[in-house]
Amino acid sequence: MREILNQSSNPEIIKPMLELVMEKAEMFKQRFHRKPVFMEVCGSHTHALAKSGIKQALKEYVRLISGPGCPVCVTDQRSIDSMIELSQGENRIICTFGDMMRVPGSKYSLMEERTKGKDVRVLYAPTDAIKIAEDNPEQEIIFLGIGFETTIPILALLMQEAEKKQLTNFSIWMTTKLVRPVLEYLLQSGEVALDGFLLPGHVSIVLGEENYSFLVDDYHISGVIAGFEPAELLSSVQKLVQLAYDGEAKIINDYPSVVTKKGNSAARNLMARYFEECDEAWRGIGTIAKSGLDIKPAYRQFNAKLKFNIKQQEPRKTKCRCGEIIVGKIDPEECPLFGKACTPRKPIGPCMVSDEGSCSAAYLFMRGLG
Amino acid sequence: MSQTINLAHGDGGELTHQLIQDVFVKAFGNNEESKFDAAIIPVQQGKIAVTTDSFVVKPLFFPGGSIGKLAISGTVNDLAVSGAKPLYLTCGFVIEEGFALKDLKTIVQDMADEAKKAGVLLVAGDTKVVERGGCDGLFINTTGIGVLTKETETVPSFEVGDDVIISGTLGDHGIAILTSRGDLGIKSAVESDCAALNTMLEKATAVSKQVRIMRDPTRGGLTTTLVEIAEDFGVTITLEENAIPIKDGVRGACDLLGYDPLYLANEGKAIIVVAHDDGDKVLEAIRQLPEGQDAECIGKVTDTSKGQLLIETPLGVKRALHRLSGVMLPRIC
Ligand code: SF4
Ligand code: SF4
Repeated sequence: MREILNQSSNPEIIKPMLELVMEKAEMFKQRFHRKPVFMEVCGSHTHALAKSGIKQALKEYVRLISGPGCPVCVTDQRSIDSMIELSQGENRIICTFGDMMRVPGSKYSLMEERTKGKDVRVLYAPTDAIKIAEDNPEQEIIFLGIGFETTIPILALLMQEAEKKQLTNFSIWMTTKLVRPVLEYLLQSGEVALDGFLLPGHVSIVLGEENYSFLVDDYHISGVIAGFEPAELLSSVQKLVQLAYDGEAKIINDYPSVVTKKGNSAARNLMARYFEECDEAWRGIGTIAKSGLDIKPAYRQFNAKLKFNIKQQEPRKTKCRCGEIIVGKIDPEECPLFGKACTPRKPIGPCMVSDEGSCSAAYLFMRGLG
Repeated sequence: MSQTINLAHGDGGELTHQLIQDVFVKAFGNNEESKFDAAIIPVQQGKIAVTTDSFVVKPLFFPGGSIGKLAISGTVNDLAVSGAKPLYLTCGFVIEEGFALKDLKTIVQDMADEAKKAGVLLVAGDTKVVERGGCDGLFINTTGIGVLTKETETVPSFEVGDDVIISGTLGDHGIAILTSRGDLGIKSAVESDCAALNTMLEKATAVSKQVRIMRDPTRGGLTTTLVEIAEDFGVTITLEENAIPIKDGVRGACDLLGYDPLYLANEGKAIIVVAHDDGDKVLEAIRQLPEGQDAECIGKVTDTSKGQLLIETPLGVKRALHRLSGVMLPRIC
């Protein structure tokens, strides 16, 4: 027996939705003589838009730019190199999310370090790191803490556990990123002209709808918080087109089943307890003031950056253009290495590494038709 | 007899003999064929098919099966999808010193049960014990011998319109293994599909003379196997995303982990490409067996001049599917 069709991917429901978006976009085009331009700020949206075929179906109607939504892709090469360098010391266990494994460093990736015998572990459940620390008192456990507001509460949870258990062999290498500062950077820099943002569903669970009011108040630009199923994405894109057509700026919560007005304040409080704002370097952008979180001085014993002396070196230069891709200046296909020297099997830049990276999504889902 | 395997169990002496008698002969039966250094088996008319595979799965026991069951069904299936009737198997064990005898007995019994179900005889075996750390618990190699009863074409002749059938839900084995390792932080009720498919495939070929090709989508999953077929024979296969059967539990686990069920391993599924006229007949035949009850037609051969695999999403957009690049890794967000 075939499983019951998920309504959200039922063609009878989503095909008319797609047509509606096209119709609205056509109206926009007639009025403004160009395609509307939106940016999705979430790697999972990039992936879902490509996989469902929405991006491709709308190619002639709407320009969808993949923004700086993937924490791996936006991490500065120096930080990546430092994290890989960390694995070089003796008696260390490096714990990481899977995405980090294949990100190319200037010399090696963590995956290659692991083949050479370094203890690098991919954790499915981050809290396992605490257990590993307890089980291996002779070893230093270092968690590579990258991520946006979706992941940072998990890192705060790790801090809480480590504090409770008074672990002395556990630390986090923080290189986290915040959504708002980078959106403001993009809007202020004026490098790309946008008609609106497709806002990240998961991040918004933590941040809440209200957190985006600055888009409207300060920049007069719309944002629609979107889910991840084809029907949800189409609904949100349609709302964006409508707002752009009407010349209206508004925040719409189009994922109300999980995103609330105020977000998850318990998660935010936990973050605020252990972390404070810091300047962060973004790939291809440079340092943005107060765009990340670092461990507060009171908890310095868990700060891997203070615990281990890693010399930061100038990264090796490559022709990778991820930096321009994540701010929407160019599309992946415009990178001369795309699909040639750089493929998911042998990625040159981080955008090609994991399914959500813009280059990888473009390579996996849009290449080779016809 | 001691409760764990030690090095003396592998040195060919008294303990080896005891192990063989107590564990292997008991389970597999003492076939006339296996009394000599080499098994002596009668030769049949026609061609024989031979295949070999090593099994190193972790954990050794998982929901829906064990390394023992897998070692039989995996090799039987390799023979069966080649159109051969599996008859005999040999097995080689590499056991780590300290391995629990009780577990070995269970594994060997699983092998015997599955072999019986598949109608194959275990005719020769070998056991080696290695020092602690020399292997991870237990490895098994099986070699299978089968006969080709009908003359099968070496190069199948695909035609536009051919049906692509999958014998059941995808990704069950992959998720069962991943979640039973216990390091995912998620539990699932998904059981491995591991099963011998020779009976089912015999049914399929009995009702249709126009089966183009059969394959079992193990490592690399449905996508990898179909990409291989498409490229090897220069045909375009177009799948319909909504038609592909996937259990909710598998879909849920994949969503959480960032895996794609179309790339997950299966151990009890077959892809059957068959002329469109016979598609329904084959579906009906295999759905009568438990291992084929969820079978579906999931796509078609749409071109015979270009080797590629396409999938049509529910939106009606086609995109190309490719081999898995590298390993699947869990994602961050
Ligand atoms: S690639 Fe990984 S880090 Fe980047 S958006 Fe996807 S899940 Fe998140
Ligand atoms: S295609 Fe590769 S090299 Fe080019 S921008 Fe993308 S990741 Fe970088």
